[in-house]
Amino acid sequence: MAINCAMIGSGNIGTDLMAKLQRSYNLNPVWMIGIDPDSDGLAKAREAGLKTTHEGVEGLLPHIEEDNIQIAFDATSAYVHAENNRKLQEKGVLVIDLTPAAIGPFCVPPVNLKDHVGEQEMNVNMVTCGGQATIPMVAAVSRVQPVEYGEIIATISSKSAGPGTRKNIDEFTFTTSAAVEQVGGAKKGKAIIILNPAEPPLMMRDTVHCLTETEPDKEAITQSVHEMLKEVQKYVPGYKLKNGPVFDGNRVSLFMEVEGLGDYLPKYAGNLDIMTAAATRTAEMFAEEIENGTLTLKKLNRQEGV
Amino acid sequence: MDLKGKTIRLHDMSLRDGMHSVSHQFGLDEMVRLATALDSAGVPLIEVTHGDGLGGSSVNYGFGKHTDEDYLKAVVPQMKQAKISALLLPGLGTVRDLLSAVDCGISTIRVATHCTEADVSEQHIKKGRELGLDTVGFLMMAHMIEPEALLEQAKKMVGYGANCIYATDSAGYLLPDGVKDRVGILRDAFGDEIEIGFHGHHNLAMGVANSLAAVEAGATRIDGSVAGFGAGAGNTPLEVFAAVCDRMGINTGVSVDKIMDVAEDIALPLMPQPTRIDRDSLTLGYAGVYSSFLLHAKRAEAKHGVSSRAILMELGRMGAVGGQEDMIEDVALEMKKNRV
Repeated sequence: MAINCAMIGSGNIGTDLMAKLQRSYNLNPVWMIGIDPDSDGLAKAREAGLKTTHEGVEGLLPHIEEDNIQIAFDATSAYVHAENNRKLQEKGVLVIDLTPAAIGPFCVPPVNLKDHVGEQEMNVNMVTCGGQATIPMVAAVSRVQPVEYGEIIATISSKSAGPGTRKNIDEFTFTTSAAVEQVGGAKKGKAIIILNPAEPPLMMRDTVHCLTETEPDKEAITQSVHEMLKEVQKYVPGYKLKNGPVFDGNRVSLFMEVEGLGDYLPKYAGNLDIMTAAATRTAEMFAEEIENGTLTLKKLNRQEGV
Repeated sequence: MDLKGKTIRLHDMSLRDGMHSVSHQFGLDEMVRLATALDSAGVPLIEVTHGDGLGGSSVNYGFGKHTDEDYLKAVVPQMKQAKISALLLPGLGTVRDLLSAVDCGISTIRVATHCTEADVSEQHIKKGRELGLDTVGFLMMAHMIEPEALLEQAKKMVGYGANCIYATDSAGYLLPDGVKDRVGILRDAFGDEIEIGFHGHHNLAMGVANSLAAVEAGATRIDGSVAGFGAGAGNTPLEVFAAVCDRMGINTGVSVDKIMDVAEDIALPLMPQPTRIDRDSLTLGYAGVYSSFLLHAKRAEAKHGVSSRAILMELGRMGAVGGQEDMIEDVALEMKKNRV
C-alpha cells in the first residue's frame, strides 16, 4: 500500500515533483496546494486527477485525516516554511522541506540518507538544487582525504528559477554552504548561484572546487568521484561529470552538468529534477519505515513543532 | 555637444574593479595610499571591495589578499571628504556581508545583477534602503537587452527602494548611441527622483565617449578608474575623463592636476603591467564578453594551451554572464578535448 502525500506549492518544483511521485512505488500524490487559482501547476494537478486547493496549507488541513495524508512536501519558500511546517506537524504529517529554510536536518540521499533511518524525524531539509548537485562530489573527495575548503558554483537557467528562489537567494547561499560543510564534509563551505537568461536555456551547470589539506591522492579521488557519480545517476540519470577532476596543487575541480527528465520544464532544468528526485527518494525511505513500523508519526504541538 | 554647466559625480573604481587588475592582491597600505590620494584630489565616491564585490573572495574569482572588512576598516577612517561604497552581487554576497560592510562605515551600497535578473536584488536593496544607505541598482551587461527591457528591470529595483540606477557596460561593448538610448530611457521614466549612472569599460577605447553620451542623456554619476585600472582594458580612464569634463565645462569637483598625479605617481606603480587594449581585451569589447573574464582566460591559456581569445569568443557565443568564471576552465577543457 502506498503512503498518501500532499505537495505544498504549485510552482516549478511542486509540479515537477508531482510527476516523480506519480511514478513512485510507495508514494501516492493526493493533494496539490497552491495560492493562485490560475496557476499552471494546479491545473496540471487537476488534469492528473489530484485534489487541489488555492487556499494554501489552510485549505489542506481539514482533509488530512479523511485522506490519510502522512507525508507533505513543502516547495513554497523559506519565509513561509516554518509556519507550514508547524501546522502540518500538529496534524502528525512528516514534512520534506524543499525550501532552503533548513529547520530540520539536511538530507542529500547518496551521502546521508541512511543516517536518517530510525531517527524518528518529522522534518528533513533537502538543502537546495545546487546543494543536491554538488555535495555528493564534495563528499566523494572528503571521504578520501580531509577537505579544508569546499566551494560550489551552481548556474541555472533564468527560466527555471521561480519567484521563491529569487526572493530567497541569500537563503540559497547560507543553506548550501552550511550543507557543504555538514554533509559534504568540508571544513569550510562556500556557495555561489548564478542565473543565466540565455536562449535556448542552458543546462544546469555546477562546478565543485575542493582544497585538500594535503596533496590530493589523484587516483583515489578519481575513483571515488566516479563511484559517487553512479550513485547519483541511480535517481538522476542525466547527472554527468563533464570535465575533471582537474588537479592543480591542492585544488580539485569538477565540472558537472545536470540534464533533467523534462517532466515539467524541458530537460535543461536539471535543477528541478535533482531536487525533486532526491526528495522522492528520501520520502520513499520514510514511507518504507512507516509501512514496516519503524517510524511512528506523532502529532507535535507548538512547543516541539520542529 | 554642449554640456556646459552640468554637474556630475565621479565614482572611482580603482580599488574595486581595479582589484581585477591585480588579481585582488592589493595590500592594505597600497589601498589606503591610493584612496587617500583620490580623496585629496576631490573624488567624492570611492568603491572598496573585492573585484567581484562583497564575499567575492573564492577559488572561482580569486582569493583576496585581505578581507573586505579589513580593506574597508583601513580606508574608511582615512577619508576627509570622500564617501566609500561597496559592491554586492546577490548569489555571491548576502545581506550579512552588507551589514558587516555597514559596520565598517560604507555610505553607499551598489547591488549588481545581470541586466535581466533584477528580482534577485530585492533582499539587498530593501535592506540598504532600510539602513538609510545611498542604494544603487547596478544592471550589468546592459548591452545584452534593449533599452525598453532594461527599463523594466530598473523599475523593479526602484520598486525595492534603489535611489540610483546604473546602466553598466560590463563588456565595454556599447557605442555612444547605445549608451544614450539606455540612459535616456531611464532618465525619462524616472524623472529627477532617481539618479542615473553609467559604468564603462575601455575595451573599445570608448570609455570617455560613452561617458559623455551618458551625461548628455542625463546621467549624473560616472564611474571610472585611474591609470588603466579595472577589468579588461580598464574602466573609463578617470583622469582623462576629468580633464575632458573640465574642458567642456562639466563640474566634477575633481582637480585635474591632482588626479593626473594620482594616476601617474601613485596608481601606475601598483600596476603589474601597464594596461593596453590587447587582442583579448579587444575581443571582450568586440564580442560583448564580461570584462572580468580576461585574466582567467589568460590563465586557462597558460594551463591548458588553448587560445584565450578563442575561449572568450566561445563564452560570448554561449551567452555567459557575469560571475560565470567557472565556465572558463571548462570551456578550455572542452576545446582541448575536441582538438585531439
